[in-house]
Amino acid sequence: MEREELQQIITNKFPEALAAEGGQWLNLQVPANLWPEMALWLRDEPSLACNYLFCLTCIDRNPDLEMVYHLRSLQHGHNLVVKSVLNRENPIITSVSNIWRTAEFHEREVYEMFGVAFTNHPDLRKLILPDDWEGFPLRKDYEDPINMIKL
Amino acid sequence: MYRETEVIQTIPGTDEMVLNIGPQHPATHGVLHLVITLNGEIIKKVEPHLGYIHRSIEKMCESLSYRQFIYSTSRMDYLSSHINNHACALCVEQGLEVEIPRRAQYIRVIMDELTRIASHCLWWGAMAMDVGALTPFFLAFREREMINDIMEETCGARLTMNYMVPGGVMFDLHPNFVGRVKHFIAHFKSKIDEYDELVTGNIIFQNRLKNIGVLRPEDAISYGCSGPTARASGVSCDLRKHMPYEIYPELQFEEVLDNGGDSFARYLVRLTELRQSMHILEQLIDDIPEGDFQAKTKAVLKLPKGEYYQPIETARGEFGVYIVSDGSTTPYRIKFRSPGFSNLSVLDHISRGQKIGDLVAIMGSLDLVIPDIDR
Amino acid sequence: MMFSLENITNSIHEWLYANLNATLALIIEFAIIGVLVIGLFAALGLVLIMMERKVSSWMQLRLGPNRVGPGGMFQTVADTIKLIVKEGMTPDRVDKLLFNLAPFIVMVIAMVVMAPIMFAKGFQIWDINIGVLFVLAVSSISVIGILIAGWASNNKYSLLGAMRSGAQIVSYELSAGLSVLAIVVLSGGLRMSTIIDAQQTGWWLFKGHIPAIIAFVIFIIAVTAETNRAPFDLAEAESELTGGFHTEYSGMKFALFFLAEYVNIFVVCAIGATLFLGGWMPFHIGNWQAFNHVMDYIPSSIWFFGKTFLLIFIIMWFRWTFPRLRIDQLLQLEWKYLLPISMFNLLLATVVAIAGWHF
Repeated sequence: MEREELQQIITNKFPEALAAEGGQWLNLQVPANLWPEMALWLRDEPSLACNYLFCLTCIDRNPDLEMVYHLRSLQHGHNLVVKSVLNRENPIITSVSNIWRTAEFHEREVYEMFGVAFTNHPDLRKLILPDDWEGFPLRKDYEDPINMIKL
Repeated sequence: MYRETEVIQTIPGTDEMVLNIGPQHPATHGVLHLVITLNGEIIKKVEPHLGYIHRSIEKMCESLSYRQFIYSTSRMDYLSSHINNHACALCVEQGLEVEIPRRAQYIRVIMDELTRIASHCLWWGAMAMDVGALTPFFLAFREREMINDIMEETCGARLTMNYMVPGGVMFDLHPNFVGRVKHFIAHFKSKIDEYDELVTGNIIFQNRLKNIGVLRPEDAISYGCSGPTARASGVSCDLRKHMPYEIYPELQFEEVLDNGGDSFARYLVRLTELRQSMHILEQLIDDIPEGDFQAKTKAVLKLPKGEYYQPIETARGEFGVYIVSDGSTTPYRIKFRSPGFSNLSVLDHISRGQKIGDLVAIMGSLDLVIPDIDR
Repeated sequence: MMFSLENITNSIHEWLYANLNATLALIIEFAIIGVLVIGLFAALGLVLIMMERKVSSWMQLRLGPNRVGPGGMFQTVADTIKLIVKEGMTPDRVDKLLFNLAPFIVMVIAMVVMAPIMFAKGFQIWDINIGVLFVLAVSSISVIGILIAGWASNNKYSLLGAMRSGAQIVSYELSAGLSVLAIVVLSGGLRMSTIIDAQQTGWWLFKGHIPAIIAFVIFIIAVTAETNRAPFDLAEAESELTGGFHTEYSGMKFALFFLAEYVNIFVVCAIGATLFLGGWMPFHIGNWQAFNHVMDYIPSSIWFFGKTFLLIFIIMWFRWTFPRLRIDQLLQLEWKYLLPISMFNLLLATVVAIAGWHF
């Protein structure tokens, strides 16, 4: 499906979703409270069928945090990027692990690396870091004077 | 004389006990730590604990330039390091919008396929070792050594090749390269049949893998599985076909699919992929075009402000490089989407209700590489 | 004229009884036997481990051990010395008595089973009248040693390995016993010498018709399982249980398990050679007098060890070729296939023996 067509379908349903210019794929900005509803719709709407969440990550856009979801439809072959800006002090977004199961692990990783709290996540614990780790290593303001070498 | 000793604890109120597999265990091929809940031999739950080889490559890359960060990805999936480098190079090229010389494209694809063969060879040996046959490992290494020798001659390294640069490849091919690859192809063709004879046809081997760890297509999609793991469940996801890069659109090869979804289907898919890779190599090796092996690029690369995502089909599945650039010489944020991470997440789902021996076979069939998972 | 172990033992026996009183002579004979068995135990361990390593390296395109001594001959000696000088650790919180006892149980059983084996013509420790039964009865005690080892280690891997081993050995004992019984029926005796004498005219494998061949195949499968060898090495299963029942053992205690495993292989192959391949009997073909005469010139001990090592080679071949079975498949194989077949085979052997259809 063409990019414009895709954008048309989504913005008809969700006018709050703002499409960004440029980039290789359609890039949508979505408010965090709208995301769970939209995620389910993106997967179940037959003309979109974004059933494959192939990348879930977060970007520290100092001062905001930005969740990035890369979606693909294996039937139609189109790709879609959904972004949601979160507050740095209290980053909360609804988990999509019940929609795409792969999100369970990816969200645990984002939780420990960026400190984003995912509501409704079945098992939100640290995945890679030790349980007693403090701080969020992938945030830009993370400091570790011993292990991080500044060039 | 009987003394009271502390006996092995079960979970109170049940017959279940918790067993730690790893981080040091022969079946985990690295430092994966699985906490499994067992009832006798039956697995009730598998909980992976990661991070024993986590180096935070993503954070490290934020302070490396676009020429440097490529080589840290060799240390992730060290069995297909070449393909990882390729993904990074492609992603940077996507931002730079450079035209890659045709010769470089040929070389890259040949190297990718050689790496895929080497990776699948090692997997084949390790898979047989997981189910208890030790000899195939040595047979697989014989062929893998040949590829390593070819790589060493051209790239100067055997495991972490670091051959890709943005714009092409680092050096031209070694004069012996074509001849040795042809020799390898001729040699390996007969050896795949030997593999089939020794392992695939073995009744014990088949019984160990058939109907074990069945992954349905909808689960494969939902869990984000990719590569041979997903294709064995009938999910068509070969990025060489669906999002082609380099000269793959011009090549004749088939996407290997199987509808079984069990460990044996994953086994067969990988074995057939070996033959497909040979087929690709045969098409390319005879007419590598003359010309530059590297496009002219600036010494210091700067990607325009923006975001670039480049997926690539490694031996294990979809490897994605996501670069967020703020226009400076180092990436603002890099995310590596590693195939092993998603493939591992499905382990709990497909190994519940199976036995310990099956868990090992399933892990073998998923082809997990631990640094790829931990990054 | 010919090298014969029988003459040596007889002359020692006569000399002892002629020069000493009967009790002392008996005690000295016991001591000699004890030393010989321990010596054989150690020698077999060294030889078989070396053989295993060479066979595996040959099958796996490797050289195998080749540094210590000519062609790596003394590698196992070096390994043994290393294991002896290593600290024999007893982990904390294990049942210390049972933990230390288990390897000795396994080792002693492996030695005791050697008693009725006829190593050459007239060269045997004890020609007990229930020879085959003795072997079957005593060898099944070794599972107790393994269970003790697994339980006393207080390790979950060990426990799982021991439980697997228990289930496996108890099951496969049945079909091993039944296949042995088929030969007992054909020979008409449990005594080792009786069974060997019955093969004067030909080995049971050749003259016993179908029942003997079926019994041989089942026997080889069952003893492979009983000695915990691949493809039935579930008790150890290094890719699943790291080390199975001997995960926690180190140093000499581990070495005893290791040696006992190899001696057990030797013992079961010796039994197999005795029952099916005529023990020390030379290979004869019908009326070819000249050929048979040449065969008779080869010492009986060579015949015995040759046949035994042939069977050992076959069992090693299995190990380096086959993948491991799963525990349910293992038990399924025994209870659903081998046991019914061997029961039917026993019946068939009885019919053959009564009707005198064998040669």
